[in-house]
Amino acid sequence: MESNRGRSTGTGGAIGTGGTAFSRRWVLGAGASALLTTGLSACGSGEGSGGGGGTITAFVYGDDAVKVQQAAVDRFNKSAASKTAKGKVKLEKIPGSDYLPKLRTAMGSPSAPDVFFNWGGGSIKAYQAADKVVDLTDIIENDPVLKNGFLPSVLAAGDLKGRHYGIPMRGMQPVILFYNKSVFAEQKLQPPTTWDELLDINTKLKKAKITPFALGGSDVWPELMWLEYLVDRIGGPEVFKRIQDGDAEGWGDPAVLKAAEMVKELIDDGAFGSKFTSVSYVNGGAPAVFAKGKAAMHLMGSWEYSTQLGKFPDFAKSNLGWAAFPEIEDGVGDVRNVVGNPTNYWSINPRTQNKDAAIAFLKDCASEAYAKDLVALGDVPTTSNAAALLSSAPNPEYAKFQYDMVEQAPAFTLSWDQALGDELGTKMHTEIGKLFTGKSSPSQFVSACKGLK
Amino acid sequence: MSVTDPAVATPKRGKVRAGRPSAVWALPAVLFFTFFAIVPMALAFYLSFTKWDGLGDPKPVGLANWQKLLDDPRLTQSLTLTVLLTAASWAFQTVVALLLGVWAAGRQRNRAVLSAIFFVPFLLSSTAISVLFYALLDPNFGIIQKDTLGSSSGAFLAIVFVGGWQFIPFHTLIYQGGARQIPQVLYQAAAIDGAGRYRQFFSITLPQLRHTITTSTVLIVVGSLTYFETVLILTKGGPGTDTAILPYLMYEAGFKTYDFGYASAIASALVLAATGLSLLLVRLTGFGGMRSTREGM
Repeated sequence: MESNRGRSTGTGGAIGTGGTAFSRRWVLGAGASALLTTGLSACGSGEGSGGGGGTITAFVYGDDAVKVQQAAVDRFNKSAASKTAKGKVKLEKIPGSDYLPKLRTAMGSPSAPDVFFNWGGGSIKAYQAADKVVDLTDIIENDPVLKNGFLPSVLAAGDLKGRHYGIPMRGMQPVILFYNKSVFAEQKLQPPTTWDELLDINTKLKKAKITPFALGGSDVWPELMWLEYLVDRIGGPEVFKRIQDGDAEGWGDPAVLKAAEMVKELIDDGAFGSKFTSVSYVNGGAPAVFAKGKAAMHLMGSWEYSTQLGKFPDFAKSNLGWAAFPEIEDGVGDVRNVVGNPTNYWSINPRTQNKDAAIAFLKDCASEAYAKDLVALGDVPTTSNAAALLSSAPNPEYAKFQYDMVEQAPAFTLSWDQALGDELGTKMHTEIGKLFTGKSSPSQFVSACKGLK
Repeated sequence: MSVTDPAVATPKRGKVRAGRPSAVWALPAVLFFTFFAIVPMALAFYLSFTKWDGLGDPKPVGLANWQKLLDDPRLTQSLTLTVLLTAASWAFQTVVALLLGVWAAGRQRNRAVLSAIFFVPFLLSSTAISVLFYALLDPNFGIIQKDTLGSSSGAFLAIVFVGGWQFIPFHTLIYQGGARQIPQVLYQAAAIDGAGRYRQFFSITLPQLRHTITTSTVLIVVGSLTYFETVLILTKGGPGTDTAILPYLMYEAGFKTYDFGYASAIASALVLAATGLSLLLVRLTGFGGMRSTREGM
């Protein structure tokens, strides 16, 4: 779901009631509801949304990449722009797995942030409907720094009905087919360019007792990536576009059924090993299986590189290979098409008391200093000036690969769960989990998805 | 009647001194319970009649959420799982805790030391315990290296086990206290009559612990009905939806799909079920009457 899960270090959202054992049982026993009402009652820490004076608060997803935003805040608070707008920015870093519920509950309370991190598109649909996000279209149009600062396709990828609500603020996150170079060399293999090649590689790997693909099945969203690419390659980006636009019958497209059947074949064939349903990406299980050569390939977002750099630096530097998702014979989708998350965005809460400061802060994302920080972290910025900076990336070859991949892609399909929004996305996750654990057949999967609303 | 008897001469003051303490002493507990249990419960109950996504204002929708709850295809599975989990937890925790508790009631030094060690899991937070077991059960790097959490029965049993591991110490403590209350004369008399160890356990210990079992059972049942953190961390309701018990369904409705109205309906239903079940248990066992287990002694 959230692209940045790859970097998050936390495990599941911990809702501890604490206290003594007896009271915990009673508090839980008597009012499991207390969990829910935290959203209603426990969030008001008393501050207004302006945060007092001209200071504004920004909520950000608190992973390793947050130091780029911290640097931006420090830079902004010392800048002339901050003095003109009479406001400083205070950054609140929220641990990854808690980000969404925390943002949601805070936005309905008096301690709402002025500026908030999001995934654009479906992820802010509810906020837009509740008038909790500023329409930035005119502001961007009238400001050359913002208008010319970003790749237009990425700026547009976060749109709702053609209006801009966010400013790109992190790297691009296409889903890439990663492979373990040393395993491939030992088995004398080349990364697959067609589906038949992929199946052939699977056979060879299984003979050598190596699992073809690492898969963090317990998180479900890594499973989603398979369906996203398969549907795109089989039926083209239009298939999901139709679903995204609200036509649930779109799930009935033959491409979806075909993709689900191919997934089932892979599972039955042992392409993901026998234990993938209890392997997690977030807790480092899937990356470790991959880095240690127990699995040869890993379909994952571009953040896999920084994850491996953190956990298995030697592997990331010398043995991590990358390739595009292979072509499928008879499929109509362009092999250059990409799925994943174009980037993350900053949006502004209309209730802010210092909108000037918020907009001035957002402009920093278009600056060269900001893009340089992202590049130094291994990210590929979505700013217009990014291409020239990539040579200074920790791994210029990888950065260039990503940039070209996204720049040349005829279509960039937003991750389905992000595109559909929280409610549908969660229900779709449940169905995907059932498909991958064999609880439902491909045709049951299709009919269940058609019924989602 | 002596006029100088203080208790009779000043009945009011005497009553205060000898009777129940003033209600003021209960105030902190009452306030605590009101703000952290009653008020949230009332709010959740109110929310269950509204549609609210956490952003705008709650809109009244009448009984729509309750209707949705009854129509939800996942309710049957969830309810079955909740009942199964409660039953399995009860069986596992009661048997182990009862035996351990009775054993720990002995005054031997080694028993005192071991009982103290057995108590440790209960002092840890359930989140920490779940994270720990999640790592131990990792299919590739854990100690068992099997697809435990990936199979329906494995995941379910893991939840029962982890819950038991955490809460058995607490119930052991209750049983230890209960067993120590049993008068020694009963055992002495039984020994004279020639009753062996097993006969003594089934004819004296078990009947004497009847109310202790009720107390512990109510706590286990209510606790299992609202069991949550372990499921969230160990299985996230999976594989598929095979461990999605009611509290997890509630969490998903609330914090994943942001349908707080529906989540509140599930929460309210859970409160009603838990309250009803505890009352029923207390009734059935005669615990409510507070009749002594030591009649005639």
